[in-house]
Amino acid sequence: MTNDLESINSADTILIIGSNTTENHPVIGSMIKEQKRKGKCTLIVCDPRKIEMAKYADVYLRHKSGSDVALLNGLMHVIIRDELYAKDFVEKNVNNFEKLKETVAKYTPEYVSDLTGVSPELIEDAARAYAKGPNSAIFYTMGITQHVTGTNNVRTVANLSLLCGMLGRPGTGVNPLRGQNNVQGACDMGALPDVIPGYQKVLLPATQQKVKDVWGADLPTTQGLSVVEMMEAAGEGKIKGMYIMGENSMVTEPDSEHVRHALEKLDFLVVQDIFLTETAEFAHVVLPAASWGEKDGTFTNTCRAVQRVRKAVSAPGEARADWEILLAVGKRLGAPWGDMNSPETIFKAIADITPSYSGITFGRLEGGPLSWPCPTCDHPGTPILYTTGFPRGKADFSPCEWQAPHEWPDEEYPFIATTGRLLYHYHSGSMTRRSSTGEFIKEMFIEVNPADALALGCEEGGMIKVTSRRGNVSGAIKVTDRVPAGMIFLPFHFSESAANRLTSSQVDPVSKTPGYKVSAVRIEKA
Amino acid sequence: MDSIKAIINGREINAEPGMTILQAAKANGIHIPTLCDHPAVSPFGACRMCLVEAEKNPKLLPACTTPITAGMVVNTNTPKVIEARKAVLELILVRHPLDCFSCPSNGKCELQDVAYELGVTGSRFADAGDTNTSHVYEDANPFYVRDLNKCILCGRCVRVCEEQAQYHAIDFQGRGIKTSIQPPVGSPIEESDCVFCGQCVQVCPVGALSEKTSLGMGRPWDIEKVKTICSYCGVGCELEINVNKKTGKIANVTSNYESRTSLNKGRSCVKGRFAWQFVNSEDRLTTPLIRDGDTFRKASWDEALSLVAENLSSIKEKDGGDALGFFSSARCTNEENYLMQRLAREVMGTNNVDHCAHL
Repeated sequence: MTNDLESINSADTILIIGSNTTENHPVIGSMIKEQKRKGKCTLIVCDPRKIEMAKYADVYLRHKSGSDVALLNGLMHVIIRDELYAKDFVEKNVNNFEKLKETVAKYTPEYVSDLTGVSPELIEDAARAYAKGPNSAIFYTMGITQHVTGTNNVRTVANLSLLCGMLGRPGTGVNPLRGQNNVQGACDMGALPDVIPGYQKVLLPATQQKVKDVWGADLPTTQGLSVVEMMEAAGEGKIKGMYIMGENSMVTEPDSEHVRHALEKLDFLVVQDIFLTETAEFAHVVLPAASWGEKDGTFTNTCRAVQRVRKAVSAPGEARADWEILLAVGKRLGAPWGDMNSPETIFKAIADITPSYSGITFGRLEGGPLSWPCPTCDHPGTPILYTTGFPRGKADFSPCEWQAPHEWPDEEYPFIATTGRLLYHYHSGSMTRRSSTGEFIKEMFIEVNPADALALGCEEGGMIKVTSRRGNVSGAIKVTDRVPAGMIFLPFHFSESAANRLTSSQVDPVSKTPGYKVSAVRIEKA
Repeated sequence: MDSIKAIINGREINAEPGMTILQAAKANGIHIPTLCDHPAVSPFGACRMCLVEAEKNPKLLPACTTPITAGMVVNTNTPKVIEARKAVLELILVRHPLDCFSCPSNGKCELQDVAYELGVTGSRFADAGDTNTSHVYEDANPFYVRDLNKCILCGRCVRVCEEQAQYHAIDFQGRGIKTSIQPPVGSPIEESDCVFCGQCVQVCPVGALSEKTSLGMGRPWDIEKVKTICSYCGVGCELEINVNKKTGKIANVTSNYESRTSLNKGRSCVKGRFAWQFVNSEDRLTTPLIRDGDTFRKASWDEALSLVAENLSSIKEKDGGDALGFFSSARCTNEENYLMQRLAREVMGTNNVDHCAHL
């Protein structure tokens, strides 16, 4: 997020797109609801599913899954046509305006209405409300990113925000709500194929020199592979050994059958986890890890705030903290890691190589969260980015054309299936299904529109089978107009009927994110 | 704005304009007993436990809803005030069972504390005909139980649901002695707008609401609170793990509405507050395992780590570092993610390291 949580209280307009906020980020959902219920903001919600937030929206745009770029280009078309954009801001801070103007010229409300299914009037209303501000914030989540055009979706969100100058002030911002406790931190730490900590590009000579100076090591210079690419490479026999920590690939990755094949093909698989997960079943060695509440360290939240997590209880049996295990493995393999022997000393090593973390210490975190960039020990942290402009000088508009998703309903597979999370569960369910939440929602259900349920001759609770080009799953039908006709929704928490048997491993070419939100499927009575 | 001066219990105090008498007293270290007041919710004036006497006012005033004004002369503990509080308390006790020894709130019950402070052991009015104490013990959901016979109608739960959770799933229903806190008529709590964030349970001053999974897990005086961050979504809510010092186990998870370090300012959701039992699950892995045909056998750390090191090195030697892949985890700490990418890059010589950011 460019902005902090406090910023929600200053927003005059809030645009939510592709985020089921009250279920996936309930506390932020309650903060946005509070701002709306106090009459302090106009709320625009864009989502194919009529999520709870849609109930409170002043403008609800129910666009088709996969039509986000078209919709947002439509808003920008209206904003430029009616000259509602921030002319001074754009002139001073953003390159490439003419190109953007040219690109969105054809996205008239009527044309966009055809592509998205949203009426031209609602597109006009939303455009005006967002441009009016004075402070407008955009919140988005996986409904934007989990498409094979995810990168273009994000660029288009950023274009809209730049166009109206909605950055750098409380109440504004481009705010992706991150789905996992430390997904921001894992990215910051360089658990990504192309960057080391602090997003320093692996292949840049300056990064390689820095690693030589600080770690005393040579960085590998071949391009690394993403999670989905590694699984492909394993299936092809190019990757022979894997080390999987805290990830249940069998349930959370697309195209589960392919993942099974890849894991079976490995010469050596080590899985480090708190449970014998569906993925660990394939391992040659399983290492028992300590869980949340059993170890010290830091998490970085969705607004870049680094916070201390603390050990409260001991891990069961011989289970050890992941950091302890990784140190032990590294040392057995000859790593010269003598300076690191605790979360605090590891954090010090992080601060040594990560410019945005270099002013953060465990001692300072006792006083509360610190948002990066925090370059020096007397720096107060940066809850809001770009308050004094962009570090690179001018930002660029990156205009994008709408492209149809990788799969689209046809005669054989006439429905769109979309996957997502429920309030009561989390990811592969290995934690929530073993907690009280698991007693509340025990098994898979599939949301189907009443019209489609009627055509199928299926009543609430009846079993249906959903089939895509990759595989099939069955579940009880939940008849609801939360999904539009022609679309079904499947939660992905239930390994015995894993929604990811349906999804394709086609990814966005830049972000490598799978297009989970769109799979063409057919449905039948089971 | 300048602070204002007033007198409480004969002592001159300074207060910020707009403060209530209760806030001004608290800020100056003067105790006034309360039941319906709570830092998470706006003042309500329901319980009348905070009645005080102010000069030139013929009636006693609720300190929690009365603004303090310049020159006000307030007395918090005159005989008249104490008598009134005792009477209020005895009226509350008409419908509150005195089964404290088995109540999950024993030791943290604010009604118990007030009764102790005022020296009240029971109610003069206990024999009153209609007490409205025949509510059913509601425990249909796995998160919390409602024991409305213990409810004192302070309205904290109603206000926290409205103001913090932003749901308004429950409200006062019925009149007079028949009043109770309920979801909309005709639907049980499980079918209401309630999303089980549990904030009502946390602010309940008595045992009317209690966490089902924490029953029997530890008495309040056995608990040590450890401040940490939630393990679920990326909001980064500050929570407190309540550890039973006798058993060394988690008893429950709470939040702190007054914490100065909390980004969520005390708010929570169902997962953060109630989905922690996986930590104590019998399915937890407790020893390293090594594949043995179709099954696993238990192994020592030494043997398991050697096997890992040998296999990673031999693949690297034979096929190069890029024949290895490392999956890090968004569930793990920064320190652990940092080590994982160093293991991949520095030790095994590959950039094949990623995690589930996109999944």
